[in-house]
Amino acid sequence: MPFFRNALSIALLAAGACVAQAKPLVVCTEASPDGFDIAQYTTAVTADASAETLYDRLVRFTRGTTQVEPGLAERWEISPDGLTYTFFLRKGVKFHTTEYFKPTREFNADDVLWSFERQRDAKHPWHDQAARGFPFFESMEFGSLIGNIEKLDPYTVRFTLTKPQAPFLADLAMGFTSIYSAEYADALLKADTLDKLNSQPVGTGPFVFQRYAKDAQIRFKANPDYWDGVPPSEKLLFSITPDSNVRLQQLRAGACQIALYPRPFDVPGLRKDDKLAVLEMDSLLTSYVGINAAHPPLDDVRVRQAINLAVDGKAYIDAVFGPDAATQAVNPYPSTMLGYDDSITPWPHDPERAKKLLEEAGHKDGFKLTIFTRPGGGPTNPNPALGAQMLQADLKAVGIEAEIRVIEWGEMIKRAKAGEHDLVFMGWAGDNGDPDNFLSPNLSCAAVTSGENYSRWCDKAFDSLITQARENNDPEQRAALYRKSLAIFHEQAPWIPQAHPRQFTALSKDVDGFVQSPLGSNNFAKTKRK
Amino acid sequence: MLSFIVRRFGLLIPTFFGVTLLTFALIRLIPGDPVEVMMGERRVDPQMHAAAMHRLGLDKPLPQQYLDYIGKLAKGDLGESLRTRESVWHEFLTLFPATLELAIAALLFAGTLGLLAGVIAALKRGSLFDHGVMGLSLAGYSMPIFWWGLILIMFFSVSLGWTPVSGRIDLLYDVEPVTGFMLIDTLLGDEEGAFLDALRHLILPAIVLGTIPLAVIARMTRSAMLEVLREDYVRTAKAKGLSPSRVVFIHGLRNALIPVLTVFGLQVGTLLAGAVLTETIFSWPGIGKWLIESIGARDYPVVQNGILLIACLVILVNFAVDVFYGLANPRIRHQS
Repeated sequence: MPFFRNALSIALLAAGACVAQAKPLVVCTEASPDGFDIAQYTTAVTADASAETLYDRLVRFTRGTTQVEPGLAERWEISPDGLTYTFFLRKGVKFHTTEYFKPTREFNADDVLWSFERQRDAKHPWHDQAARGFPFFESMEFGSLIGNIEKLDPYTVRFTLTKPQAPFLADLAMGFTSIYSAEYADALLKADTLDKLNSQPVGTGPFVFQRYAKDAQIRFKANPDYWDGVPPSEKLLFSITPDSNVRLQQLRAGACQIALYPRPFDVPGLRKDDKLAVLEMDSLLTSYVGINAAHPPLDDVRVRQAINLAVDGKAYIDAVFGPDAATQAVNPYPSTMLGYDDSITPWPHDPERAKKLLEEAGHKDGFKLTIFTRPGGGPTNPNPALGAQMLQADLKAVGIEAEIRVIEWGEMIKRAKAGEHDLVFMGWAGDNGDPDNFLSPNLSCAAVTSGENYSRWCDKAFDSLITQARENNDPEQRAALYRKSLAIFHEQAPWIPQAHPRQFTALSKDVDGFVQSPLGSNNFAKTKRK
Repeated sequence: MLSFIVRRFGLLIPTFFGVTLLTFALIRLIPGDPVEVMMGERRVDPQMHAAAMHRLGLDKPLPQQYLDYIGKLAKGDLGESLRTRESVWHEFLTLFPATLELAIAALLFAGTLGLLAGVIAALKRGSLFDHGVMGLSLAGYSMPIFWWGLILIMFFSVSLGWTPVSGRIDLLYDVEPVTGFMLIDTLLGDEEGAFLDALRHLILPAIVLGTIPLAVIARMTRSAMLEVLREDYVRTAKAKGLSPSRVVFIHGLRNALIPVLTVFGLQVGTLLAGAVLTETIFSWPGIGKWLIESIGARDYPVVQNGILLIACLVILVNFAVDVFYGLANPRIRHQS
């Protein structure tokens, strides 16, 4: 095998030929960003490569928490009626100087106005540039929520809302509210090169964009003017490595220092490696099965409770996520969030009681239903086929015949939004750590109409409680309202709450200063190699 | 000969239209549109959905959309990605050199080794070597690429540390993309050691991608050689006292190459298909991964035109093989 031998000898020769260079921080991530104009996109990898590196927002989440702290706004005032938010902006913040743009002024209120108005105002010259729209801005109904945005002076901006919205401040820490340079946008508009906003980004964030090789790597350098201290890693490189096994091999081989999204099943092996460390944290993820309460006999609360009693939740977690890789879900959101009620315990695995309830509901001989699930796994459902089969078996044990339908993700979502399913495997990733972000999109009556309430369950008392909590700015009162709503949720059983998966990050032991975020985002502004 | 080429070329036109129609229809048959897929489990406001579909030109009737698409193609406009807003042609040009570089390396590996192994196996028919080659090629052909790739990474990259795990070049090297071919770009740049590093990155993916073509070429060469070696003219050549190497390589292999060449042509399709998996395992930034992601995002222009460009490539390679075949073998020319 002459070629093979030659190839190997070249490889051996080359092994010693590495040049000595400054050590950059290399992160193995799982996918390419969709672009760098984060307001247009929803994926976490896009946010990591833009919102977390290149941009800042008026407020931000304190590292490793969902607490809100000052960002580009030094402080803010909220009017007693909860309708007016006045932000006092930080002075002396510089936008990135790059090969393609040299800013002539510092960050001010014009940039805030531009960043919101282009998403809000359909006549804004930049509005149509996002051909598919602004997904977060639209799905969170910011268009109707924000009544007005005014520049009071170059460093003061006032937002007037149309109704009180307690999570508004936390919403403003989310990626889609990142602040762009209005001066850069004007320059692009004049040159008629609007698409460059997405490929040659300019922000105020900790890192400056250098180069992106599609599906291969993204290169950033530290922002020497960063208002919150120059990042300790002079260079930050993202190595785009879709396969999780390969990411771990890269980490072991020293080609990257941080491997994102290791699979839970690989974690025990990683822990045995002396050179590596594994960080873990409860994430703001919930996996659940939506029970379509609009389809008889699932409209009967006894039937929904019976389904919950039939399911062996613990066995599901062990088999689908792996032991210690998820906690059993009881409520729609995890225990770290406001208003979580510890006194609510999971439905026990009690097939006999389930059968009795079914009998009471007039279904002694059982009935038939469909389970919708998707083919490929994701963070909220690593093994959809196994999960669906386990549910099918549990239901069969109480006399319910379930047919599993494996449907491509996009199609499944569409059909589930149209309410075609009986049971559907779903998940939700929290965006801002506020309970409303879990409850309103997934369980409100309004969400039945728009489709993303996959249980199609509309309970007036529950709806009224979560609406009151959303419009109330007092945390204690809100917590009390949420506790009441969670009790209704549990008793009414519109979901089979399944799991809150834990999130893992594998890293080399010479990495210092990396903190996981419960929101699943990854920020390297304070991370360095020892 | 000219009429043969013209006839063959004439057949390309309906094939081309067939491909455009098929890709246009197939991607639209997959349920879910680009806006819905982007929104995922989140709320889709019907008004926003309608406005976005209008901006994308997807609210027009399908025949109209197809005519618009063909009209744009005629002007050489491949449109832009709905997701990244980059021109499809630009994205293809950025990513295709990576796939091509890998495919060429894989074909070189498979061709050289396959021909050699096939010839030796034929000459030593029934020997241990012959059985070994046939057994290994069967194993190679049946090997799941994903598994094979990971095994090689575990052994050569992780255990022995001889080759890099993935990617086209170590991220320490900041290579300016000029041609898109990493081996060439590293030579054009001034970073010491970059070329060798790029070469080391190419070895494992080329072996993985080349394994199936290698198995096919080795088996094909062996059986073609066996047939040719039985021919009268080979016996005559031997009887004339020609040297064994002349008999084997000039009289034998040259004639045996015709079926092998067909296999080479067909393998171009296999290489591009296999590239999807190989690119995923080795994080190789080529067109395979690009297309898979675009199908997931319902990025119609990328899927339609990306597949069209690949189809054109496969069609052209097979056309070239056909023509070459006709040149080499007058019987084919006359039959068609």
